[in-house]
Amino acid sequence: MSISGIELPLGILDTTLYRDDLSRNGVRPQLRVTEMPSSVDDRIVLVVEDVVSTGRTIRAAMDAMIDFGRPTSVQVVALIDRGHRELPIKIDYVGKNIPTGASDKVKFRSRKSEDGSNATELEAPFEVVLMVAAETVEQQGETSVNASVGGQR
Amino acid sequence: MIGQDLLSISDLSREQIETILDTAVGMQEVAGREIKKVPTLRGRTIINLFFEPSTRTRSSFEIAGKRLSADVINFSPSSSSLNKAESILDTAKTLDAMDPDCVVVRHKVAGVPLQISEVLDAPVINAGDGAHEHPTQALLDMLTVYQEKGRLDGLTVAIIGDIAHSRVARSNIYGFLKMGAEVRVAGPPPMLPLDVENFGVKSYTSLREAIDGVDVIMALRIQNERLKGAHFPSIREYSATFGLDRDKLRYAADDAIVMHPGPVNRGVELSHDLTDHRPSVILDQVRNGVALRMALLYLVTGRLPPSSNS
Repeated sequence: MSISGIELPLGILDTTLYRDDLSRNGVRPQLRVTEMPSSVDDRIVLVVEDVVSTGRTIRAAMDAMIDFGRPTSVQVVALIDRGHRELPIKIDYVGKNIPTGASDKVKFRSRKSEDGSNATELEAPFEVVLMVAAETVEQQGETSVNASVGGQR
Repeated sequence: MIGQDLLSISDLSREQIETILDTAVGMQEVAGREIKKVPTLRGRTIINLFFEPSTRTRSSFEIAGKRLSADVINFSPSSSSLNKAESILDTAKTLDAMDPDCVVVRHKVAGVPLQISEVLDAPVINAGDGAHEHPTQALLDMLTVYQEKGRLDGLTVAIIGDIAHSRVARSNIYGFLKMGAEVRVAGPPPMLPLDVENFGVKSYTSLREAIDGVDVIMALRIQNERLKGAHFPSIREYSATFGLDRDKLRYAADDAIVMHPGPVNRGVELSHDLTDHRPSVILDQVRNGVALRMALLYLVTGRLPPSSNS
């Protein structure tokens, strides 16, 4: 990943093995890819999450990250913060705050450009879909954010 | 699969086998870390109940459990009250009262893990029962082949040796057939069950014909402890007829791999050279065994609340 010409090591962290609800569900979730740089020692680590709500995933991610080393600091960027925090976790950088009901769903998907070119070259490469629980109305577009994480401006 | 017993490969669906193999691939990443431990099964108790001596399989389960942060207790008959004529089922009930979250059983008699699973609340994993099945060995073998070949479907696998007395052969036959591979078996006639072709495999008494063009050769250990009486004239003759070396390997596909569940009788089932070097993947099998058993423990360990049970 490169931002402003600076190469940043990119890691992918699956937090499944660190979840706090594994004993509460009847089915164990499928594991996904983890590909971390060899060490996070003495680095500033930016955790990127699409939609933050309860904060439990961030908690799991921090526990997982500590197993890969001792970062100088850990900061969190969320593209959407929909509220309903259940843990004392602060998000350092927020793309957009979206007030939601507890049972609403917020989906985050990358937008395909019309000519099929790379979505990250669009001005708003992602769109946010808010599904209101009572009406299950898809309020697309209204809440689009100009999120460019991972892409070139 | 939480709370579900794993007694035999024949009980598993193709989808379940795929889930287990996919999960094992995820677990391999943990094994490659500097700190090889995740908190997933913290506070869970796993009992290794081994009535038959085993170093490799027991250690593999123990490491797998510990890497998931479970408490692993090893229980073997020499250090227990089995010497005091306590029955196997009484022992199992006693252990069950200690509330384990998973029990791993090995016994020299086929069917004992099944019997034990009927009295235990905790899920039971069969770590080998007599000449019946050794499901975790077959799953780690399938994982090893999958990672070498990128698929299982459409491959040809030859299993060489004492098919009749081998739980490894039986579990692998069920597993590879279920995943769409063609399976051949070969060995001296007294070691080939008469009805073996009813399993859906092709049976050979010539090594050369059996391995002709195959993608995978699996050599089985000659298990002297299970053989009562002579099944072949001599070890030397077995080695000459069914032992594999680089010369005989030419008949297999150019990129064929050689497997063995271990421990190898060097110079008998495999030449020294083949035991230690590619295309044999024996140490990969051992390494994959830990990841595979982590995957299984992750998927089944735990007790469901009585209301949601079945």
